[in-house]
Amino acid sequence: MMKLNVWIQKHQNKITGLLAILIVASLLFTYLFKVELVATILMIIASVIGAIPVALHAWSALANKVISIELLVTIAVIGAFIIGEYEESAVVTFLFLFGNYLEQRTLQKTRSSVKDLTQMAPTQAELVDDDGNVTTVDVDDLDEGDHVMVKPGGQIPVDGKIVEGTGYFNEASITGESAPVQKEDGDAVYAGSLIDNGTVTIETSSVGEDTTFGKIIELVEEAQDSQSPAARFIDKFATYYTPAVLIIVALVWAFTQNFELAITVLVLGCPGALVIGAPVSNVAGIGNGAKNGILMKGGNAVNSFSHIDTLVLDKTGTLTTGKMTVSKMDTFGTDATADMATLAAVEKGSDHPLGHAIVKYISNEGIKDYPEIPEFDTVKGQGMIGSDSEKEILVGNERLMQANGVEITSENRKSIDDRLDNGDSIVIMAVNKEIRVITGVNDELRPDAFDGLTALKKAGIQRVVMLTGDNRLAAQRVAEKLPVDEVHAELLPEQKLDFVKDFQAKGHKVAFVGDGINDSPSLATADIGIGMGTGTDVAIDTADIVLVKSSFASLAHAYILAKKTVANTKENIFIAVATVALLLLGLLVGIIHMASGMFVHEASILVVIFNAMRLLR
Amino acid sequence: MAKAILQLGELTCPSCMTKIQKAVANQDGVSNVKVLFNAGKVRADFDESKVSGEDLSNVITELGYEVKKLKVKETA
Repeated sequence: MMKLNVWIQKHQNKITGLLAILIVASLLFTYLFKVELVATILMIIASVIGAIPVALHAWSALANKVISIELLVTIAVIGAFIIGEYEESAVVTFLFLFGNYLEQRTLQKTRSSVKDLTQMAPTQAELVDDDGNVTTVDVDDLDEGDHVMVKPGGQIPVDGKIVEGTGYFNEASITGESAPVQKEDGDAVYAGSLIDNGTVTIETSSVGEDTTFGKIIELVEEAQDSQSPAARFIDKFATYYTPAVLIIVALVWAFTQNFELAITVLVLGCPGALVIGAPVSNVAGIGNGAKNGILMKGGNAVNSFSHIDTLVLDKTGTLTTGKMTVSKMDTFGTDATADMATLAAVEKGSDHPLGHAIVKYISNEGIKDYPEIPEFDTVKGQGMIGSDSEKEILVGNERLMQANGVEITSENRKSIDDRLDNGDSIVIMAVNKEIRVITGVNDELRPDAFDGLTALKKAGIQRVVMLTGDNRLAAQRVAEKLPVDEVHAELLPEQKLDFVKDFQAKGHKVAFVGDGINDSPSLATADIGIGMGTGTDVAIDTADIVLVKSSFASLAHAYILAKKTVANTKENIFIAVATVALLLLGLLVGIIHMASGMFVHEASILVVIFNAMRLLR
Repeated sequence: MAKAILQLGELTCPSCMTKIQKAVANQDGVSNVKVLFNAGKVRADFDESKVSGEDLSNVITELGYEVKKLKVKETA
């Protein structure tokens, strides 16, 4: 029995083909050769052959206490057989099986984007043992700490760090960045990325599903199954609907005593398009996203995103690239080199992005010897203060200077205003209340920010809000170049969260876009958290939508896609319900019979799948 | 405990999913069964002393679904 089951499952398509031949032959005998007996026998054979796979499915479902569509069809076919409607029973099973086949083929298409992604996952690795011997192994056999070698053009099989060699890596599948990055000893590399040139040995830190790439795949696979509220409702509905159809049919039979009518209702009542309609839109929509580097965590996320009216953006690393560069450094002391060396020494201890840019700039100026400096304390939102017996050093923004009574001369003022006009963030260093260095650090605007935000507003975003911890003027400068409605500057992370909550309290649906590094609370609180500019674990975990490519084109695409997906789901539900309604109407006026009913059903299933496929483009 | 990941052929009907889910979950020592309908994957945690990855694969095959790949990972 079980072997038969497997065999039939494997050859179902051939069985369907055989059915088609039998039915056509039978029709030929009826209309061409006028040999009714042979025609009838052929239809009987077709019915039996066709009913077996359907009945087996129905049975194995029933054994697990599931009332399936197959059960409805099986009962209908047996019923038709009993009353001698062999043609109906044969055609119904054929249409049902053929419909299944087409469904499988077309569903495959809607799922193809994700399949393409999984196929990019590495499968083999070159394992290097302690003696330096290299063997090819399956990635699943690798463990943490194993050393693997990757040659030019090869794919990185694991997450890990380079222990030997250097190379240029294409990490498009992880970060969306297609320009190759050079990496060397100690740098982290990710499974799924490619090495353009160079040979490296990598120490494994994680394998398979545990790698960043593995997590991305898992996320998308689960997302496709996680339904929108509408689809979940339909799903629930369907579990009661199918048994309900059986009861209704029994009632119809009991009241009308018309067996043929009862089994026709059974076929018409199959929930076909209704069950597949909503999920298939979801699958296609999420699949399209995945193909374009947009990871949407399921139907819920798609649904909520489509209702967003307020977009709240973090400035640094989101609207801007986050790659800071010093635009100008003005010095005011007698020994500029010594002052810059001190500033570099201070900033070296800070992990602020502004600090990195400053250290880099100063070392590029050829200043590499840094003096001993006192201990520094951080003043939140202002900067740092360090002092010892002979001097007090302040490094920070204008507020820090004012708070500590540093005099800003007209010459200083001019330098600061000049930098602010450029949209820079300002870092001032004062020694013993006297300004020595004024630095402007610029963060480049993402090139497609303007176009992306414009597209988003056109698609239905009513308000774009920019939040930043940066100074007001720098924020204003960035905002002026963009279609931004509100700017709030000089904020601490928790104040950003307050803004999000505030908008929500006013009844807005808020999406927060951030890099997930220090704004996870806002990401988690907003109706939709969108992680942008990373591909790190943090963003993948907290965000509802992760943009692998940190671009505004991708954000706009995601929003429009979410809207289209939700609309598509509604269309499909409408098509499914309308089909059932029309079929019942057709039955009442007497133009729909069992076989034609099954035909319309299967056709409606294909219509909803094709409709969903429009989302793939 | 171990974790099994089974790659199946294309799944088309949501009721197949329920069927597979229930059949695998009914095996002794199996917990956390997850059937990914669209990916055609089954994930399950199981106790190796009670059941093996091959057993799970057989259960699914017996229901009439092709198992393309079985992967078992120790989870301590």
